[in-house]
Amino acid sequence: MDATAADTHHESPEEFKKHLGKYYAVFVALLGLTAITVGVSYLKLNRPLAITVALIIASVKAGLVAGVFMHLISEKKVIYAVLLLTALFFLLVLLLPSFTTLEPHHSLPGT
Amino acid sequence: METAIPYTVKPHPVTGIPNGKFGIWLFLASEVMLFGALFSSYVLIRTAAPHWPYDGGLSSETLNVPLGTFNTAVLITSSITMVLAWASCKMGDISKFRLWMAATIGLSLVFLVVKYFEYADKFHHEHFPSHDNFYGIYFVLTGLHGVHIVGGVIVNTFLLTVGTRLWKTDPEHFTNRVENAGLYWHFVDLVWIFLFPSLYLL
Repeated sequence: MDATAADTHHESPEEFKKHLGKYYAVFVALLGLTAITVGVSYLKLNRPLAITVALIIASVKAGLVAGVFMHLISEKKVIYAVLLLTALFFLLVLLLPSFTTLEPHHSLPGT
Repeated sequence: METAIPYTVKPHPVTGIPNGKFGIWLFLASEVMLFGALFSSYVLIRTAAPHWPYDGGLSSETLNVPLGTFNTAVLITSSITMVLAWASCKMGDISKFRLWMAATIGLSLVFLVVKYFEYADKFHHEHFPSHDNFYGIYFVLTGLHGVHIVGGVIVNTFLLTVGTRLWKTDPEHFTNRVENAGLYWHFVDLVWIFLFPSLYLL
């Protein structure tokens, strides 16, 4: 069995208490990052930079929620496989509309 | 029992995890595709728009940033209370579980009430989803997210009330149910973490 540092399946209640600290830490970090996101928005950065910074901060928050709250950081390989597949298809869905705006190779007569 | 669902506590020999956890992750994968498709639509519609919002000004002037920030903090807090509800089960404390789960549900309802006021204000100024694409996108994205919150409230309320019966007969199975509900709930929080800056700030 893949026993990892955060494998809580066979821990006693006293042993489990050790994990609470990291949950509280992530909670505080999430609130802090939210404040930073809003604060940065007041800087009125140029569009590309504003989007980049906002998405980076959001991704860090998402990483904390997924990694710690959703226990992804110590999950089994099968879940990583499911999520990798999802990420690939999500990327495809995100990029799909851009294919509709590409120039055609051959124009139809009269167009 | 012949008809009992297997591997609700014992890990499945192929996946290495209980069936419920595998199932909820598969469901979340489908949810990523759902919200992903809407996000990509938002990007496409917005980049093609002459102004955004169409009426002029900025998103942060059209949507209420303080309320949105407050709601973000509410959902983040509901995520930690959800984790603590599960943690209470792991530590064998069912009354603490009830406390944290009730807090999670309470915070969810606060989120919905705030959204109600936001929507009511928009409707009062006759800004319906049909007004323009800005409002169309705003209402569909936050509306779908809100529906997901309602779904989570229903499941969490079940676990808080009727569902707790399972704790007496099979506490580990109940704990796994709470964990799976938690995974769904954190995903709903995750979506908002991206929705809030995308709609309100950018």
